[in-house]
Amino acid sequence: MVFLLQLIVSGLVIGGVYALVALGFVLIYKASDVINFAQGEFLLIGAHLALTFLLVFNLPFIPAVLGALTVAVVLGAAVERVVLRPLIGEPIISMIMATIGLSSALRGLLQVFWGTETRTFPNIFPQDAINLGGVVVSQVYLWSLGIALVLLALFSFFFKRSIMGIAMRATADDQQAALSMGISVKVAFAVTWALAAAISTVGGVLLGNINGVNISLAHFGLKVLPVVILGGLDSIPGAIVGGFIIGILENLAGGYLDPLLGGGVKEVAPFIILVLILMLKPYGLFGKQVIERV
Amino acid sequence: MPAGLKLRNPFAMECGVYKTTYEQDMALHPTPLSRLRLAAMLAVFVLFPLMADPYYVSVANLIAIAAIGAIGLNLLTGFTGQISIGHGAFIGVGAYTSGYLTSQLGVPFWVALPLAGIAAAVVGALFGLPSLRLKGLYLAMATLAAQVIIEFTMYHWTAVTGGSRGLLLTSPSLGGFVFNSEIRYYYLFLALTAAAFIFAQNLTRTRVGRAFMAIRDRDLAAEVTGIELFHYKIMAFAVSSFYAGVAGTLWGHYLTVISPEHFTISTSVEYLAMIIIGGLGNVTGSIFGAAFMTLIPILLRGLSKAMTGVFPNIETVINALREFTFGATIIIFLIFEPEGLAKMWKNIKDYFRLWPFSY
Repeated sequence: MVFLLQLIVSGLVIGGVYALVALGFVLIYKASDVINFAQGEFLLIGAHLALTFLLVFNLPFIPAVLGALTVAVVLGAAVERVVLRPLIGEPIISMIMATIGLSSALRGLLQVFWGTETRTFPNIFPQDAINLGGVVVSQVYLWSLGIALVLLALFSFFFKRSIMGIAMRATADDQQAALSMGISVKVAFAVTWALAAAISTVGGVLLGNINGVNISLAHFGLKVLPVVILGGLDSIPGAIVGGFIIGILENLAGGYLDPLLGGGVKEVAPFIILVLILMLKPYGLFGKQVIERV
Repeated sequence: MPAGLKLRNPFAMECGVYKTTYEQDMALHPTPLSRLRLAAMLAVFVLFPLMADPYYVSVANLIAIAAIGAIGLNLLTGFTGQISIGHGAFIGVGAYTSGYLTSQLGVPFWVALPLAGIAAAVVGALFGLPSLRLKGLYLAMATLAAQVIIEFTMYHWTAVTGGSRGLLLTSPSLGGFVFNSEIRYYYLFLALTAAAFIFAQNLTRTRVGRAFMAIRDRDLAAEVTGIELFHYKIMAFAVSSFYAGVAGTLWGHYLTVISPEHFTISTSVEYLAMIIIGGLGNVTGSIFGAAFMTLIPILLRGLSKAMTGVFPNIETVINALREFTFGATIIIFLIFEPEGLAKMWKNIKDYFRLWPFSY
């Protein structure tokens, strides 16, 4: 029983991180109908930037993260300007391929700049674990859960209420109509990518605190795809719920099936779930159904 | 001698060519000069290994294997518009099927080759099933899941795949003739690549190929004109994966050892890069792309060797540079030449079509 509870709780906390990373995907998809396969690399860049500010420039934690955020925002906007904007209006397959190419290019650049060895964050969050009714959870997980929830609330509000958020939703819905209402599609896209890069930086710093910073962090970007599909690609609440469900399911699958199948089930379980969702309910739990008419 | 032939400009491709039958109009190589070009290219391909250093022959072998896989992926992604990020895994299915059949069950290579293709086709069609309801992004996700799941199977189904240690394969043989040198492999691969190329080239001119393209261009319109979407999409997945399986088999028997790290998502991305750089929806382009993507790492390695004096640790960054170059080339081609190398080749040909009096 304690084993089950432990699995569920650690699933919940890792689910919080999933939700945070998923938010970056959903943001870009909501505003521009593009899935960013380079999200994992954004995480890694964010983590490395924060580390560089921390260790090379010897800044305290908060200013270091702010510095990393600034660079990431510039980088996100630059990526949009250089890679995505020339492809506006091209078929969706070009966009997908461009982000796949981007992920490969960024991963190469990252290795040139920062090498491949694992780097660890200095201890930032309190190290003693917390005991939640028999289940032990390390504090960094709780912090990431909390930060994820705050950011999710902020972005829900941003998309519902702020002018920019509404403009971004309009752009995603119909670019021409948005243009004729005086919305600058270019600005909306640039802001989207900048925001996504910023979120990824926060996610990267949190994940870097949990697992250390190395290239496997980039695979996290792919692992979050089942989350966004389950929740619905354009749904912020979906990202949260999907994150928790996938987090719990993969932990349960890993906990109970690993001894039978010889390990690694945790990595593959979300993708089996992904296939099932795609077959049964392609637009996810909360996604907008697209109805096509000739 | 017909009157037209006398007046021909000997250099212009299409000058003085009159088509009087439908067969002439539909020929793949309709003009005497293009047939001459074909013959010259064939001669170069056949004579190449006799003159070249074995190292270059081995490079050509790798290109030939990649070309078969790339043609397959192009049939699916370029012609049918169904994006697949699982091609690396489908290639692996072929390699492992043939590896298991030949090394564990003692099946001869020539039987294992088509069986491996069929096994890959079945797996590909299975993961193509979601394409009934999904397209674009969502389908890309489904094939990505296929990649992850198949990779997991390769690592964990140790009874068949040997796990992370992989499988040892033997060189194919025909009678007493063993394909054990670069040159022997070369002619085997040349024949198979040529067959794969001709089949694909002709497939795109049949009802099936036209249906593929109709689905790519507008699936709803295709359905309205009587093309059964599901049927043709699954067929595209199956044909494409068959090619992948054959490529995997050849790869396995050529390197004589396979392990899961050959068939990862980066392999899938490499193949996608090949068809984008070569030209989506162009069979010839797949071969250009395969050559391009195989040569780039080799050139980079040469460059790094030349630079070791200047940068002592360049050998360590070479992998990173390779990955960067792949990604950057994909993006550059997408932005500046979406139709790829095939389009550049076509531009060159067009320039010489009526040269030197092109007006």
